[in-house]
Amino acid sequence: MNQAYDISHFLAGMMLVASFALIYQERLLAVLRTFALQAVVLALAVAWQAWVQDRPHLFVTAVLALGLKGVVIPIALHRMIFRLGIHRDVEQVVGAGLTMLIGLGLTALSLLLILKATAAAPSLAREGLAIALAIVLLGLLMMITRRNAVTQIIGFMSMENGLILGSTGARGMPFVVEISVAFSVLIALFVFAVFVFRIRERFDSVDVSELDRVRGDRQ
Amino acid sequence: MRDLLIALGGQAAQMLLVLAIAPAIAVLTKIVKARLMRRRGPPLLQGYRDFLKLVRKDAFLAENASWLFRAAPYLIFALTWVAAALIPTFASGLMFNWAADVIALVAIFGAARALLALAAMDVGTSFGGIGSSREMMIATLAEPAMMLVVLTMALAAGTTRLPEIADFLIGQPLTVRVSLALALIALVIVALAENARIPVDNPATHLELTMVHEAMVLEYSGRHLAMIEAASQLKLVAYLSLIACLFLPFGMAPVEAGLAAWLIGAVAYLGKVAFGAVLLGVWEVSIAKMRVFRINEFLGIAFIFAFLAILLSFLTQEVFG
Repeated sequence: MNQAYDISHFLAGMMLVASFALIYQERLLAVLRTFALQAVVLALAVAWQAWVQDRPHLFVTAVLALGLKGVVIPIALHRMIFRLGIHRDVEQVVGAGLTMLIGLGLTALSLLLILKATAAAPSLAREGLAIALAIVLLGLLMMITRRNAVTQIIGFMSMENGLILGSTGARGMPFVVEISVAFSVLIALFVFAVFVFRIRERFDSVDVSELDRVRGDRQ
Repeated sequence: MRDLLIALGGQAAQMLLVLAIAPAIAVLTKIVKARLMRRRGPPLLQGYRDFLKLVRKDAFLAENASWLFRAAPYLIFALTWVAAALIPTFASGLMFNWAADVIALVAIFGAARALLALAAMDVGTSFGGIGSSREMMIATLAEPAMMLVVLTMALAAGTTRLPEIADFLIGQPLTVRVSLALALIALVIVALAENARIPVDNPATHLELTMVHEAMVLEYSGRHLAMIEAASQLKLVAYLSLIACLFLPFGMAPVEAGLAAWLIGAVAYLGKVAFGAVLLGVWEVSIAKMRVFRINEFLGIAFIFAFLAILLSFLTQEVFG
């Protein structure tokens, strides 16, 4: 038990709590703020790893996380939400209680799985990987349970937060891969935005359950 | 023999201490709330005066009230007092040390709650029924979270006995422990629900739509009401002491440390409890009461946090096995 571990454990735990808040939160703008908070905590966690492991290139990752996911993407989504006129929407989360229980189950599952699978790895990496897998699965769960396209985007982005957390605790992705992942997420945001506006144009709503009725151009 | 006498004396001192400060602590919260709303608020001694007034008044009973209705206030008071006596306050290792198990504590509070719910339904008014059913709903949601918090602490300290948990935590170096922080939040939420505070219940009103605790005690008057009020004040002090004992055990003296250490412990304890009461007042002014059917979401947060706390402390233990 040492300080390096305690602080990284604290930051990773806060990211996990933010993931649960994302699943639970109904108001769109609050979801967005929680996501931005998670990204800021991610940046702090990555910066702490860079400091502790003495790997300066991780600082670049931290700055990327802070700049892109803590500032640029939330602002872009914010403007998108206002352009779509859904900033006052309250999305009823279907079966919030059950979803939270599933989330707890997923968290427990990923902890058990990683602890079993990485028995030989150094402790910081095991811990980071375990929580990172939980965050990825929780982001996936959020994408499955939400029906609003914008919250689905946020679920996707929070999955990627977990991915970065996992890669910093372990030996780390090559730097080139990291940069390209960061920018492909940005590209993904543009693609998502185009899709959301198209969905909105066609159905007058960003509820993706409307898509179930689309059967292509068959007459 | 001498050790036994010291332990006994310390225990008696603690039982009298919690009993003596309970009305003042409850009124302190009221004063803080009133001041924040730019009212004067009651004087600090108002709780004692109210108690005396109620004891002197005649108790008024419904015609069909059974023995249970008359006995329940005294039993509830006694159970709550026992619970408050078990929680270490200024010194650990007192006479009731061997019984100060958190699971026993949950059971004692549960017994008191069951008695109150039964007594509320005894005379057959509709308010009593509403209050009991809501109280039981809250209890079924709060108790699992409470047990999970207890298990988190037990996992860290290796025991469920409160004095030993406190001793263990005093011995730890001061670090950031995310699982303890989550457990603290969960325990605070549970304490708010159990003590019928905002946002779960509002102790200051008798609004039909929302009242829970007040609906149950609506039929009580005179000395019975005095006992019920004293019990709920004691319960507030007990929960504040529990939070202080589990998360801020600093200043607590071992039983054999002598009178001076006890006094330091008592001053620290009074400071901690008063601080908790002030925070409670600030919290109650800052937020609104929740709809009854949103309470399950609020207590669900406590459950989630407590569960996450267990998972994270398990992770820490596994990684640093």
